[in-house]
Parts: sequence; C-alpha cells; structure tokens
Amino acid sequence: MRRFMRRVATMTHGSMMDSIRKWVPFLVLLVLVLFFSAVNPHFLSLRNFARIAVSSSPALMVAVGATFVILMGSIDLSMEGTVAVCAVVFAMLLNRLGGSLAHVGWVAIPGALLAGGVLGAVNGLIHVRLRIPSFMASLSMGFVGVGLSLLMTGGNRILIDDPLFRSLLTVRVLNFPLMAYAALGGLVVAWFIQDNTTIGRNFYAVGGGEELARASGLNVGRVRVIGFVLAGIFFALGAILAVARLGIAETETGQGFMFLSITSVVVGGTGLAGGSGGVWNTLVGVLIVNVIGNGMVVVGLPDYLQDGVLGLLVISAVYLSMDRRSLSFAR
Amino acid sequence: MFELRNVEKRYPGVHVLKGVDLEIAPGEIIGLVGENGAGKSTLMKIIYGAVQPDAGTVLIDGTPVHFRSPRDAMKMGIGMVYQEQSLIPNLSVMENIFLGFEQQFVDMGVIRWKKMARAAAVQLRKVKLDIDPATITSRLTFAQRQLVELAKVLALEERVEGHLVILLDEPTSVLSKDEIELLFGLVRELRRRASFIFVSHRLDEIIALSDRIYVLKDGTVVDVLAAREARVETIQKKMVGRDIALEYYRENRQVPYDAGKVLLELDHVVPAGRHHDVSLTLHAGEVLALVGVEGSGREGILRAIFGLKKPDRGTIRIRGEAMRAFSAAHSVARGVGYIPRERKIEGIAGGMSVYENMTLSQMGHYSRAGVLDIPAERALARDWIGRLSIKVPSEESDCGNLSGGNQQKVVLAKWRSGGSDIILLDHPTRGLDIGAKEDVYDMVRDMSADGVGVILVADTLEEAIGLSHTIAVIKDGEIGTWFTCQPGAKPSLYDLIHHMV
Repeated sequence: MRRFMRRVATMTHGSMMDSIRKWVPFLVLLVLVLFFSAVNPHFLSLRNFARIAVSSSPALMVAVGATFVILMGSIDLSMEGTVAVCAVVFAMLLNRLGGSLAHVGWVAIPGALLAGGVLGAVNGLIHVRLRIPSFMASLSMGFVGVGLSLLMTGGNRILIDDPLFRSLLTVRVLNFPLMAYAALGGLVVAWFIQDNTTIGRNFYAVGGGEELARASGLNVGRVRVIGFVLAGIFFALGAILAVARLGIAETETGQGFMFLSITSVVVGGTGLAGGSGGVWNTLVGVLIVNVIGNGMVVVGLPDYLQDGVLGLLVISAVYLSMDRRSLSFAR
Repeated sequence: MFELRNVEKRYPGVHVLKGVDLEIAPGEIIGLVGENGAGKSTLMKIIYGAVQPDAGTVLIDGTPVHFRSPRDAMKMGIGMVYQEQSLIPNLSVMENIFLGFEQQFVDMGVIRWKKMARAAAVQLRKVKLDIDPATITSRLTFAQRQLVELAKVLALEERVEGHLVILLDEPTSVLSKDEIELLFGLVRELRRRASFIFVSHRLDEIIALSDRIYVLKDGTVVDVLAAREARVETIQKKMVGRDIALEYYRENRQVPYDAGKVLLELDHVVPAGRHHDVSLTLHAGEVLALVGVEGSGREGILRAIFGLKKPDRGTIRIRGEAMRAFSAAHSVARGVGYIPRERKIEGIAGGMSVYENMTLSQMGHYSRAGVLDIPAERALARDWIGRLSIKVPSEESDCGNLSGGNQQKVVLAKWRSGGSDIILLDHPTRGLDIGAKEDVYDMVRDMSADGVGVILVADTLEEAIGLSHTIAVIKDGEIGTWFTCQPGAKPSLYDLIHHMV
C-alpha cells in the first residue's frame, strides 16, 4: 500500500495519462459494480458479495503467488499442476491422519505448503540452473504436476468432511465466510513480504533492472528461485481454500487457475515486464475477474461469453499497462 | 539550401531549443558542437524528422516543409548516419541499403536480387567500399558498417530531386586514426553530391573538416565561426561560457595518498579473453586512472576487480586477501563499489525510490531476519541527500525522474554509505552537464580525503589527468607506461596520446 501511496504522491511529476493509468483497474471495478447493479439490483447485496468472496478467495491466493514471479519479470504458469498436487497432498494427509484438523490432521496444512514450496523450488531451479525461459519451465512443470496428481489419486475424487475444515465455508462472520478472512490474512502476509522484507525489495530490483541488481551484488539466481518457492507456497494456500470451497480434492481442482490468475494479475495493473505493481493491484484484478463472472450470471448472460469478455479485458489491460517502446517478450 | 528558422522545442520542464536559426548551402560542411544537454541531439532530430518543432519553420530552397517522420525527411533528401548504428545485423548489406525501398526491385511480387545487388554495388562504389553486397552485415567491421550506412543515405540521391543533406552523428568516436582520415577524405569528395552536418565532441576534427561551425549552448546558437579562423580553445570557451580553469578538476584539493596502506593489488592478472597480464596497486586515498583507446582493455580490468568476470590467470588481493570466488556479491561484501558507464542499466533502478536505490547493495545492514528497517533506510537516505546535496523532493522520490547528475550522486551514495572503500568509476561524468561534473569531481576529492581508493576510467583525457594521482596507460591490454600526476607537474595530453596509440 505504501508503494501505492507513493505513486499517488509522485503523480504530479508523471504525465496526466500515467496517473490516470494507475487508477484504471480500480475505476474499472467500480464501473463494473455500478453497471451490474443497475442491470439487476440483486447484484448489490451482501449475499451476492459473499458469493463473490467465496469464488475470489482461492483465486486471490494463486494470483498473489503469480504476482511475485511477475514482479521479477518472469512468469509462472505451473499453478494448475501445483494446485492439483497440493490439494491432493492436503486431502490425503488429512484423511490419513484421522480426518480432522482438530487432531494431528492439522499437519496436512504445512504438508501442503511444503509440497507447493518444493514444486516451486524445482520450477525455479530448472529456470535458473538450466537457463530455460520461465514460461516454458513452469508450463512444463504444470503438466508434470497434473500428471503427478492423477498418479496419486488414480483419477478418483477425495472427499473431505471434517466439519472444522469445512467451517472455512460454512461459518460466517459478518455475512462473509471464514475463507474470505483467511484469504485476506494471506494477502496481508504477502503485502508484508512485498514491502517490508529484503526479498520483496529484491523482486522489484530484479524486475526493474536485472543488470543493476547484479551490479549491486544481489544474487539474482537465488532471488528468482525464492520467488518461485514463494509462488508455490501461495499456490498451496489457494489449493487448500479451493478444497475448502468444494469439499473435494482431485486433479480437476487446479483447472482454470492459470488463465484466471494471470488475467487477474495483469488486469490489476502489475506490468508483465516486471518491477511495477504489487499484491494490492492483484486484489483489484481478482475482484474484477470475479465480479464479471458473477455479474454475467446474475444478469443472465450465458457463461461462454465470460471467457470472451475476460480475454478482451486482458488485451486492453496489457495495452494500457505496457510501455510498448521498450517491448520485449515477457521472460 | 536547407534552413531552420527560429526553431523552438520544449519538453516538460525544459526549454531545449530557443529560437535556433541554421542554414546549409549545397556542398557545405557544417560542424555542430555543444556540451551535453546543449540541445544538439534534439536539433538533429528535428532536422531528420524524428522530432517535430513546437514553433519555427524548416525550409528547403525557401519552401516550408513538414516532416512527420524520418521517412518524410528522407524523401526530401535528408539522411542520418546514426551513431548507434541502425543497420540490421542479420540482413545482407544490400537489404540494409534499400530497407523500406525494395519496391523498385520487385517484379510481379518477387524481389529481383541481382538487380538489387547491382544497384547496391553502385552505392558502395560511392563510398569506396569493395565488398559483396550480399555479405551479411554482422560480418563487417565497425568502420565498414559506418560506410554502408553512409551508402544507404547516399542511395537517396537517385530518388530525390535536389541536394542531399547528410547528418553525421559522432562518426569518428569508434574509428581508428586511419579510418578517420579515410572517412574525412570521402566526405570532402562527396560534397559535390551532398552537404553535411557533422557532430562531434572532438573539436580538432570539427575544425579540420567543416567550413562553418555552429556553437550551441543552452538551446541557443551562441556563435557561428568560420572554421579557418577557429581555434579549439575559443570554441571550448564559447561552449562552456567561461574558461576551464585549474580549479575545474579541483586540483587544489589533491593531497598525497597514504602509500603505506594498500587496498587493492592486481598481481599478473589476465582478464578473461585477454592475452596480457596487468599488475597494479591501489592505495588509500589514491585516484588511479586507467587511460587507453576504446577497446584497449580498461573495462575488462574493472569487471575483473568487481568480480563480474573471473580472470584467466593471476591473483587479485583486496586488503591483502586473495579473491577466490568471483561474483559481484563477493566483491560488494569486501567493500568494492562499481559506478557503471550505463547508469540507466546498471546504476539506477527507475521506478524505485531514492532510499531503495541507496540500500540495494547493503540490505543486510538494514534488515533483521529478512525484515527491512524502513525508517533506518529513510534516515540514511536523508543523511546522504544532505551530504551530497542531492536535489530531490524527498527520499521517496522515484530515481527514474532525477537528472543525470543527481542519479550519479545516488549511485555514489549507495556505495559510500555502505562503507565501500574501493570505488570503480567507469565514465562517471558521461552525459552530465558542467555543474554536475564539478559535483562529481568534488565527490572524488571527498572520497580521497576519506581514504577511499578510486580506480577511474575517465570520459576524457583531461579529466583523467586532472583528477588522478597516478595514470596507467593501457595499450592492447598491457600497462605500457605509468605517470605520476602531482598538481603542477601533470603530464600533458600529448604525453599520454603518444603512449596510447
């Protein structure tokens, strides 16, 4: 948020267009909310907002993970596989250890996070050590993850009926389910990492200028690997919330996260070139994507239109956010 | 006749060109000189159509013209020979010469390569370059590429009515002496085909080649001199607006270094990819200048010391301790700071604030268990903003928006505040205006006073002579000659050049 405020503070220096650009994501969100409310007043209700919160929570965690990697100027496309593996690891551990978070079953949470971190580390090491472009390394690792989760489940669904775990969805505080608060908590942690830790600062430095970061004595390879590990851990958080939402863990749990999370990050205003944006942008982006999804259902438009609208939205977001004078392909 | 009348250009916050008049007669060679920031490059851009003036007119033979792009200007016979070459390296010479104008060789949708090759050969003959037009451009030497670029501009001749105007932007900066002679001979011969605008910071060359010299200062033409009567000193004075005195390089502040305290020692070090070894010793408070022509191997030595390139052989000792691991991280940890030539790429992170830039190399000191102590960072930044009188609204400001001089101060503060006492300065004053340069010279003297050892690769020879205690002249990767530079007993330019080439 400080980064965000600073932008606002330095707005007088930048051109008018630049300063408008920074607010575009937020304005888009506002316009969308007003638009859907005008078409159907039911959209503007706590019940509906709670619904949006439920669909946004897992997506937010996954998108926040992707944000760190995109800030470094790399990209991570492994989320579908990582989420599937982490969801399955979580469910299997939980059921194997008595089926309840109240007892030893809680170990399933750090277990899933560990799995996510390890997958992220493999991802990052392949990218850095073998010098394979991150989009290719992570895309391939994503497929490996999907395969791995299939291998673990044998294609079956794993049901979870631990009431304590399901309370993430069923228990509501101020009309919103617990998982929304859990996701917000995750966001705050990510914000802290981004703004107040060495590694967060390093992400911006590497994304803003890799040569500079190296010439300042940073170990750029290490920063990249840590970025991917962190992304993996947040993917695992997303996986846990996704399982909490449906009560089911399976390979399918990861499906759809790749497009949605990258879309959210970009639509939120984090530049694909790296070095600009942050997790608060991603929150706005996730909300935009989910408001569109929810709003189109509420106003009664067919859901196949959603993908089309989201695709157009990404193109306009990238068009608005990128400096095409220095265009090069996202690493 | 090509003319500019009362041309004005403003960018946000700067009035770059203030009513510039300029005229070029057919066959004339005009020299254009001015300090960095005087408006030279903007003026050039207006002439070749890359930038549109806010006010004023561009006339060709008395008729006003408007260029919306360099292509427009090319159609009117105005061509630019770029300093950073504009040829596409993976295309052949002929494809480059006719890039964008291939239509003339197309027969029923197919390019007739033989026809293009013949036409290219005609252009290459104009610049006396005897190469196969089908050669891939990346195979050519730098000087050859420059001639191809000239040939590309000369190719306009056949397409344009009237006279050509050709801009040469620092064409000699990377050429050898012989190549420069060759180029100048060629330009003199080509005057029957074209007029030239010649931009260079080498005033002797300007005087040797041009007919008239335009001196630009702060966006205005302060004088137009006939080259026959011009002298380097007078032009210099007009460019700067005053005499360059001894105090310019702060020689009065130069004090002997501490010969008893060795900071850095290179013992028969062969930088990566080089053949000769280099030995040198840097003492506390010493400014050691590495002097040599472009490509003589100065940068390789800096990069080896900073750990960016592991030397092939030899030992580097920092405070007596031999370096074993070679990485920037190791060197930084041992107190080496590097102020790179490409400030925007390796010096400053645009988009990050002043304090973030300053602590980038030393975040370990401002964090505990990975959590940053941001108030301490800001305090440090405020302290150094005061000490170096950096002109910024606050420590929160985006470094990308600062002027070159202030950016350089931030980079220097980054290393000095981290306690680095071996500072490598690679062209520290490149692209700075006079005032900012003087600030940098002051900072160099301040560092000496604090016992910091400085290795300098200077922008100009004068700067190297003025600032240093010791000069090592490097030729083909070897230190050929050493000079000591006590104030009052400094070697002359001639002494150095003599050993450089």
